[in-house]
Amino acid sequence: MRKNNRLLQMFLIVLVLALSAVSAVAQDDSQNRTVTDDEVNEIARDVYCPVCENTPLDVCQTQACADWRELIRTKLASGESKQDIFDYFARQYGDGVLANPPRRGVSLVMLWVLPVVLILLGLLLFSRYMRGLRVSEPDTAVASGPNSAMTIPPEVSQPAPDDYLARVEKELKRTDE
Amino acid sequence: MIANIGYIALVLAFLSAIYSAVAAWYGNRTGKPAWVESARNATIAIFFLILLACVALIISILQDDYSIEYVWRVSSREMPTYLKVTALWGGQAGSLLFWNFLLGTFTAASMVINWKKQMEFMPYALIVASMTQIFFLFLVVFIENPFTRLDVIPPDGNGLNPLLRHPGMIIHPPMLYLGFVGFTIPYTFAMAALMSNRLDDTWITSTRRWTLVAWLFLSMGLILGGRWAYDVLGWGGYWGWDPVENASLMPWLAGTAFLHSVMIQEKRDMFKMWNMFLVILTYSLVILGTFVVRSGVISSVHSFAQSAIGPLFFAFISIMFIFSAYWVSKRRSSLTTDNHIRSFFSREAAFLYNNFLIIAILAIVFLFTYYPIISELFTGEKGFVGPPVYERALAPLFALLLLLMGVAPLTMWYRSSLKRIEMSIRWPALVATIFVAVLFAFGVRSWGALLGFWIVGFSGILTILEFWKGTRARMRRGENAGSALTSLLSRNRRRYGGYWIHIGVLVMAFGIIGTELFQQQTQIRLQSGESVSLGNYEMVFNQVERYPGPDDLVITEATVDVYQNGELVRTLHPRTELYTRTMQPMTIPNARSTISEDFYVLLVDWEPVSPDEATFRIFLNPLINWIWAGAIIFAIGTLIAAWPDKREEYIVSTELVRNALGTAD
Amino acid sequence: MSSEITQTPGKGEPTEAVITPVGSTPVGEQKSGKIRWTMIALWAAVISLLALLGWGLMKTNATRPEAGQPAPYFDVEFFDGYQWDNKSVADLNDMRGNVVVLNFWASWCVECRLEADLIENTWRNYADDNVIFLGVAYADVEPNSISYLDEFGITYPNAPDLGTDISDTYEITGVPETFFIGKDGVIEHVQIGPLNQATMDRVIQKLLQEEGA
Repeated sequence: MRKNNRLLQMFLIVLVLALSAVSAVAQDDSQNRTVTDDEVNEIARDVYCPVCENTPLDVCQTQACADWRELIRTKLASGESKQDIFDYFARQYGDGVLANPPRRGVSLVMLWVLPVVLILLGLLLFSRYMRGLRVSEPDTAVASGPNSAMTIPPEVSQPAPDDYLARVEKELKRTDE
Repeated sequence: MIANIGYIALVLAFLSAIYSAVAAWYGNRTGKPAWVESARNATIAIFFLILLACVALIISILQDDYSIEYVWRVSSREMPTYLKVTALWGGQAGSLLFWNFLLGTFTAASMVINWKKQMEFMPYALIVASMTQIFFLFLVVFIENPFTRLDVIPPDGNGLNPLLRHPGMIIHPPMLYLGFVGFTIPYTFAMAALMSNRLDDTWITSTRRWTLVAWLFLSMGLILGGRWAYDVLGWGGYWGWDPVENASLMPWLAGTAFLHSVMIQEKRDMFKMWNMFLVILTYSLVILGTFVVRSGVISSVHSFAQSAIGPLFFAFISIMFIFSAYWVSKRRSSLTTDNHIRSFFSREAAFLYNNFLIIAILAIVFLFTYYPIISELFTGEKGFVGPPVYERALAPLFALLLLLMGVAPLTMWYRSSLKRIEMSIRWPALVATIFVAVLFAFGVRSWGALLGFWIVGFSGILTILEFWKGTRARMRRGENAGSALTSLLSRNRRRYGGYWIHIGVLVMAFGIIGTELFQQQTQIRLQSGESVSLGNYEMVFNQVERYPGPDDLVITEATVDVYQNGELVRTLHPRTELYTRTMQPMTIPNARSTISEDFYVLLVDWEPVSPDEATFRIFLNPLINWIWAGAIIFAIGTLIAAWPDKREEYIVSTELVRNALGTAD
Repeated sequence: MSSEITQTPGKGEPTEAVITPVGSTPVGEQKSGKIRWTMIALWAAVISLLALLGWGLMKTNATRPEAGQPAPYFDVEFFDGYQWDNKSVADLNDMRGNVVVLNFWASWCVECRLEADLIENTWRNYADDNVIFLGVAYADVEPNSISYLDEFGITYPNAPDLGTDISDTYEITGVPETFFIGKDGVIEHVQIGPLNQATMDRVIQKLLQEEGA
């Protein structure tokens, strides 16, 4: 019996301590803690002024932007997360105020689907072009005569390391003529 | 009086442009060269008329004639003379007039220079060039007239927008315009080639220098814009993926693709149709870009649709598209070739990959920039895309492009030896890996940065090797290193100028990776004597002073001491300026620049500033000065590539003769 | 079918002069087929792009909220304490049959302050005539909006412009901006900038005299 009592006491003490720790943390979150300018800037950087042109909130100098920065500060102080604040701004002022547009509706189509489709389409056309033209004939180069003075003769690979330099020299000589 | 002269000059220029188009057409149609020549003379007349109009406007500004609305808008009595002159392009109507001036100059010059050499092109070139001039002169005569008068003459003007009073901002618009307008010449000659059915690469070689110089100006304009944003606009960055910035970037991208792609046509007579498409695309993006920059269409598509200028531009672009498409389609059989790409690793293929990547980048920038308009047009709600999205989407493409830049010079026309390429890249790859390993050892962990630095190192070594190989080859003929390098450059301007430009780009890329991925910042309110740390710097706030500046300016300046590793290295003076007449605030940063980074300080006005309390925002921008250094290298490279070369002229002209005699188009 | 002399000295691969009728060989046919598809694709792209843009622009032009046009639909969720007719939400259709004065404002808007008292007084004057005054706070922060309303003793219905939807629909160019809508739902007058007494009286009285829809 005594042992159980002791155990129960300990359990209760631990429980109370744990709860008070949790509530202390919770209180901290809901009380106004000082929010640094850096934290505000981190969010303000990715939110654009709903009224001015292409100006993020951390740079904008109007009174309205100052109000919105205060709003961010208040929300951060009351414990809202970055995403919460972004969502709030999108709801209040439209999706167009976020630097990273949410993936829904028109933005999803135009900014994600369309670029991927276009690039795939480009790759497709590109590869078909390359495949269609790839002809593996041996080169029938005749590197002589005045007419071919302007062409660089097609190269047959040679292992000699100075071959490149020899070709450079030849080319340089050509422009001397 | 002067303003009247100016306006009449513009009206006459407009009428002359119409005359030029009609005379050129008529002369061509009836085979009477005298008419075509008079059309050419008309372009010279247009140049002088527009020059007169510009002079008239500048004189009006200098004389403080505030009966003219434009003068009132951009000038004021106390402005210094040099600012008054630059006020010519400080506002909408004036900048449009300036645009017309450049267009008139380039048109007249290109017609005169090419008059004898490309006689067959002339009538068509005159028609196309005149059409462009007609449009822009129409705008300035009827829609945005810089000489409109005010009913009540104000005593003084508004003064130039304070943002425009910075040296960088003064030169940035002219640079951009030179680039934009420069690109109309290749388009004109491309159209002339189509219309006259002379579809060898004459139109390319005769406009090659124009294209390169226009591209140089556009590049410099973009970079200067970035530098100005960094120095003056006070948001700590140099590129914001702003619609106006992007509208200038897009023609640059198309122009870059074009510059590379025409080399394939010149060497192997391929991609004629593609090159036509590229030059038309570049021109279209120029028109679109200039329109976007000045019309505010992105901020409100509704006001665009309901204004006078909007439908006009739309009509012009439509006509131009249809006109270009018609001629390309009509000459399609002449734009084909029997030559094929023979290998995935040939130089032709490398240029093709280059084009693919650049066009992909262009498409994405286009899509993201015009997304607000398109979403607003079709859903009523205006969407938006911010810098993080651009960077995420474009970084891999740019990385691939930089990689290609290093490897492409190793390829050969027709076919490359894979083995040779592989041997050539071995030890550069090794060195780059060692470089990156060293960085890793020093604490760099971001894999994106490591990959980026590897590519920059790899491609950088390969490009420098090109110079090394070429110089060494010449040295074997008995020259010393210095003259070997010089003659290498002077005899192969395009190639080695191009490689030099590539080095400039790689240096810039190095700086961009550093500053984008490793930037640190902080913002804090300080009392007098307090300090803040960022990186291994410490900044102590001394005081704030407020004093009046020239004209209506009130300057609030803070003094801060910057310590690095405990030692005082600089005293900086970030400040804010307020133009009390227009109540326009400006934040001017102050930075300490070294080769490794910038310590960049802004005075922030979130809370009111007092003599001993102020808020500061500090950025640590690693490697940012490599961007500006790279830009200088880039500019030098373009000058090398574009420099006139007697020897080259000879080769080009003999080639022209050969083409004229040999090909049966 | 046309013939081409495929000899290009100084360019490409040096080949012998060969006369190849284009289009008569399989390769030739392939090539002209490919060209045709490219042309079709080119024209299709150009035409469809232009058509799309043109249509978009015309559509935008057609639905502009100007005097004489029907007022675009919107719905609102009122601020607490600023409801209309004891409803917490309402839309424009609910207000049909009444004269509606739709005023866009914001707490950060300096010029709006010039007209705040005027609007409140006019609202009280015409309250018996069932004229609905609706204030819409554009791009504002709610606590600041409420403070503003308190400051001027505003009593007429007010709502936030959630998502800036209403201001987008009415294509406002700034604040303050006011739309006077008749009983039939047609816009009578758009006031850009602060209002004045004369304009308000003139327009409202004209609209009151009209027949309801």
